Amino acid sequence: MTTPSSPRPPPVIRLEGVTRVYSAGSNAVHALAGIDLVIEAGEMVAIMGASGSGKSTMMNILGCLDTPTAGRYELDGTSVVGLSRNELADLRSRKLGFVFQGFNLLARTTALENVELPLLYDRSGRFTGRESPAPAALRRVGLGARMHHVPGELSGGQQQRVAIARALVTNPSLLLADEPTGNLDSHTSIEIMALFQELNAQGITIVLVTHEHDIAEHAQRIVEMRDGRIVRDAPVTERRMAAPAQAAAGVAA
Amino acid sequence: MRKRALFGIATRSILRNKMRTLLTMLGIVIGVAAVIVMVALGQGAQTMIETQIKGLGTNMLMIMAGSSSQGGVSQGAATFNRLTIPDAEKLAREGTTLAAVSPVIFSRGQLIGGVGNWRTAIMGVSPNYQVIRDWPAQSGSFFTEADLRSVRRVVVLGSTVANALFPDSDPVGQQVQLRNVPFTVIGVLTPKGQNAGGTDQDDTVIIPYTTAQAHLAGHSRIGQIIASTFSPGDIPAAQEEIRAIMRESHKLAPGEDDDFTIRNQDDIAAAASGTTRVMSMLLAAIASISLVVGGIGIMNIMLVSVTERTREIGIRMAIGARSSDVLSQFLVESIVISVAGGLIGIVLGYGASIALARATGWAVAMPPQAALIAVLFSAAVGVFFGFYPARKAAALDPIQALRYE
Ligand SMILES: Nc1ncnc2c1ncn2[C@@H]1O[C@H](COP(=O)(O)OP(=O)(O)OP(=O)(O)O)[C@@H](O)[C@H]1O
Ligand SMILES: [Mg+2]
Repeated sequence: MTTPSSPRPPPVIRLEGVTRVYSAGSNAVHALAGIDLVIEAGEMVAIMGASGSGKSTMMNILGCLDTPTAGRYELDGTSVVGLSRNELADLRSRKLGFVFQGFNLLARTTALENVELPLLYDRSGRFTGRESPAPAALRRVGLGARMHHVPGELSGGQQQRVAIARALVTNPSLLLADEPTGNLDSHTSIEIMALFQELNAQGITIVLVTHEHDIAEHAQRIVEMRDGRIVRDAPVTERRMAAPAQAAAGVAA
Repeated sequence: MRKRALFGIATRSILRNKMRTLLTMLGIVIGVAAVIVMVALGQGAQTMIETQIKGLGTNMLMIMAGSSSQGGVSQGAATFNRLTIPDAEKLAREGTTLAAVSPVIFSRGQLIGGVGNWRTAIMGVSPNYQVIRDWPAQSGSFFTEADLRSVRRVVVLGSTVANALFPDSDPVGQQVQLRNVPFTVIGVLTPKGQNAGGTDQDDTVIIPYTTAQAHLAGHSRIGQIIASTFSPGDIPAAQEEIRAIMRESHKLAPGEDDDFTIRNQDDIAAAASGTTRVMSMLLAAIASISLVVGGIGIMNIMLVSVTERTREIGIRMAIGARSSDVLSQFLVESIVISVAGGLIGIVLGYGASIALARATGWAVAMPPQAALIAVLFSAAVGVFFGFYPARKAAALDPIQALRYE
């Protein structure tokens, strides 16, 4: 998918001096106080930091759900600053996939229908007249046998897989996951990380937020935040690899 | 976003809350049904009146005092009453297109006789009246020219009066007191039923106009002159002829307005059905208030639904829905509810109209376009009352919506 050609492709993410100020009444909260960050295509980055350090705020900006108060943000080489609500929505539809801590699936809606949801809002016409990519996306996350189950009939890990399939179905350049394992036990968390590693190996750029060090170490690079700034940005020296076989066993049904 | 997908989302979320949706629809259902029943009753009454008036005979003309220059017959006190017996006599003498002419003196009074007394309408006319109205006697006979000329105190009873005072016997030959003046009953007329205005035409007694002028003090004023032509085709010519004769009789100078009005059955039918049309529109307007109430019900539930589904809206926005997608989703939902309610209301309304017609014998007429109007109207209600909640949903901030518990 992201075969590197001789002129380097632009980084998927380039943040320069990004700030985000919430004006809560009289006092302003500097949730982001000047962030510079570059993430190249194909990277898998974990963002860590204490509660309130601005991780979610940054993810929202990366995900085009929010815009910086100041600074520049380029997604896939194009600037996102100053875009309208509709343009941001189209960017989310075309380039981004979201995975949330609380899964955020539509209740009483089957896995397949949940995964098909982003296709409904596609305006590029990439998927019209073609076979729906939703079943393939579900098979990709190991849920080929659970397509017609509703979230209430799925375990937490399985629900998160559906959410990942939903994020993947439109072939995004960037997968954003804010505490994707926050609601899962450690065993299931490892399974989800195995899936992320597998998808990353297939070329998808992934940025995820986590509080746990051993989860973060599944990424290639860890960015640490404190008080709205990046205080450490380093590659993982001993990257943990979750065995894909182990992951597959977890969903065999 | 494809229209079919929108419709699918809407129906699915509606079906998820069947009971709630049903209750929400109820307002629209009742509103549309009420409007349909009112329209059906109004239309029925109108057609019934028109056929009744046409049934009176299309070759009848009425001449009334007062000008109609303002479009209607002015019957105000200011109008100088200028219909006279000589007018009627002149019309009868000179009107070549007129088959029969009769003055009509209207009055009311007490009739004593038979088993009691009865307050009824009194009409003083000439024997021609029977010809003009085509009103045969079921017993005895109408009075004659001789009775008229001799100012005889003879009376012909309408069937309602005859049934009331002489339930078990034939009144012909009986003595009665009309306003304390003794009269002899010489005939009973066949029943004619209700007239356009809904009054019982048989609740009347008919006497010679000469007798009315002589014996019923203070009631010599001629209310109208009625005439019939030889055929319905003569009506336009007859109207012109009557006008010329009347102007001559009233000695009106050229350029002076008519001080009388001539009306044919079509005019009367139009006036009467105009009244019922106004009535039925009024009823439909009142019924449509419940449509508005139903619309408010939809708005209420849609607002609840938007709040309940805040997180869903956030999810949809996060995965690429534009505000307009969310707006149309909720708008389509409220339209589906209201149009479904409208369709049920149409079925119910038509059913109720038919049942009402069977149970009461009232005439109902169901114009097919009423159904179309009802559907369009309920869709409009859905758009109007769904717009505010839908806009509220579309204006949500995705981050806040996602965080909503
Ligand atoms: N809508 C808002 N209005 C005002 N302040 C906000 C808003 N959202 C976040 N903040 C503030 O911004 C700062 C960063 O919040 P953020 O949610 O990014 O933290 P976080 O790193 O994701 O924390 P956690 O690990 O608990 O999820 C916090 O001080 C928070 O109170
Ligand atoms: Mg957070």
